Amino acid sequence: MVYLTRAEHFNAAHKLYNPSWTKEKNDEVFGKCANDNWHGHNYELFVTVKGEPDPDTGFLVDAKKLSIIINEHVVDKLDHRNLNLDVDFMQGKMCSSENLVIEIWNQLQPHLPHGIQLHHIKLYETPRIYVEYFGGK
Amino acid sequence: MRYDWSSSADRGDLNFVTKNMSKKVSVFRKEHFNAAHRLYNDAWDYGKNEKVFGKCALPNYHGHNYEMEVKVTGEPDKETGYVIDLKLLSDIIRREVVQKFDHKNLNLDTEEFKNLNPTAENIVVVIYKLLRPYIDSKFDLQVRLYETPRNFVEYPV
Repeated sequence: MVYLTRAEHFNAAHKLYNPSWTKEKNDEVFGKCANDNWHGHNYELFVTVKGEPDPDTGFLVDAKKLSIIINEHVVDKLDHRNLNLDVDFMQGKMCSSENLVIEIWNQLQPHLPHGIQLHHIKLYETPRIYVEYFGGK
Repeated sequence: MRYDWSSSADRGDLNFVTKNMSKKVSVFRKEHFNAAHRLYNDAWDYGKNEKVFGKCALPNYHGHNYEMEVKVTGEPDKETGYVIDLKLLSDIIRREVVQKFDHKNLNLDTEEFKNLNPTAENIVVVIYKLLRPYIDSKFDLQVRLYETPRNFVEYPV
């Protein structure tokens, strides 16, 4: 089994705010992340797929094609957007990196070429904070 | 060229080289803030803003992890060996810049960008002006601001 990772990035605004709580409870739990007018991050996204190299090309998958898939189904929907307001697959969900990485997985999974599978996704919210998701529960 | 520290000839040569050099040293402190913003000129219509600023003009804002490198240049103090205490410099940057901008929307939440387009260029000049009064005038001050890992600005140059 070989693992291939493609790195992409997007710059987005978000806030952490539970609409069923009071403002005070949101401030207490989320602190500055609950700022009304949002704040933002340069997100760095690492998508790792796995499989066996094709005997003719030596590729697991053409990394350029994987980049196009990630950009079409994820980055173009998130880059320079407001995660709370602009992203259909985050509607009704808290816009934490934890939830975002799960939804990114769900967006990519159906569009991968035959013969490779998603292994894991790593998402950096800041250089010091990142989440990982390996699929499943 | 390697110097042989046991050789008095080489030590003499090195003293000659350093004697005529400036005694100034630059010290750097890195800090960061995470903020939302949007690039938009109110004097233009949306079409022109979109043409000039592209995705940066989208109406619901986007964001960045801004990374700052603050450079202070001067001669080390004879008693402390410091140009400036970097803990003090960190406190100044956090108080005058980070507290104002971190986890904020630059367009909506800050006085500095109420009527100023928050491009990286304008932000770095604002940061310099916020810090300058608190850094002794005997020191040179320069700020480098990374809007993304690949795009950064400096002021003054």
